[in-house]
Amino acid sequence: MSPRRKRMRRMMNPPVVKGFKPYGQQYDLKKSEPVIILFEEYESVKLCDYEMLNHISACEIMGVSRPTFTRIYASARQKIATALAEGRQISIEGGRVAFDKDWYLCQDCKCYFNNPDMDMEIRKCPLCKSENFKFIGQSTVKETSPDTDEELCVCPLCGYSIKHMQGKPCKDNVCPECKVPLKRNNLL
Amino acid sequence: MKIAITSNGKELNSNVDPRFGRCSYFVIYDTESKSHEFFENPNKNAENGAGPASVQFVADKGVSKIVSGEFGMKIKSLLDSLKIQMIVIKDPVKTIQDIIDMLNK
Repeated sequence: MSPRRKRMRRMMNPPVVKGFKPYGQQYDLKKSEPVIILFEEYESVKLCDYEMLNHISACEIMGVSRPTFTRIYASARQKIATALAEGRQISIEGGRVAFDKDWYLCQDCKCYFNNPDMDMEIRKCPLCKSENFKFIGQSTVKETSPDTDEELCVCPLCGYSIKHMQGKPCKDNVCPECKVPLKRNNLL
Repeated sequence: MKIAITSNGKELNSNVDPRFGRCSYFVIYDTESKSHEFFENPNKNAENGAGPASVQFVADKGVSKIVSGEFGMKIKSLLDSLKIQMIVIKDPVKTIQDIIDMLNK
């Protein structure tokens, strides 16, 4: 049986460089294999150690659960430490990521748009001036992707549902009618 | 405010070009003076780097929004740093006139 597909990790921007090289007399470029750091690992280090976020807020930005984020982060640190200790090159490549910024979909003119100025809130569609638009987050521009299957937290008794948020377990939400913890829709 | 629209031809009834970097023409529409101007895309047949070169071309004209069918990977981060808004139209049968009418609404 093949393993479950990895969830798409969200990234704000690609890294500014493709990698790093050591220097000094001991260094022989041909002998050492580069350490490959995945994009998602680079992003986890950037969010935690450069932007000083905690794992909970960082995992929400990347669209993965908190334990998954901690695993990505631990792997990143292990690889960076290997490169430092063994004097190897670092190459940043690969991984399962989506580079999208925040996207909105206008329900009236069916256009997608983003918000380049994060300080300003969007009140109406820039094209048709309609106020009927919704926030769709990342990578839904590719409509055929299996990642866009909507995940819901559903009440097992009455069927009440809300949108599932990565990093927030369904059972932490309680059905307002039946007062029971919610469950994920594909587990029911 | 100036808005760039990618176009298939140089008339107002031409359709929106679904590509950004290698579109045929750019229409620069000024919402204040209600005037429009057509520019031929110099990067239409570029081997590579058409996207960033086109961004440079429209950014020099001082636009703050771009309407097109699709934006490539390299362009998104560039436009983010230039604070230019991307508007992606999934309905390519719209004409330039339709878009201008919507912007004027």
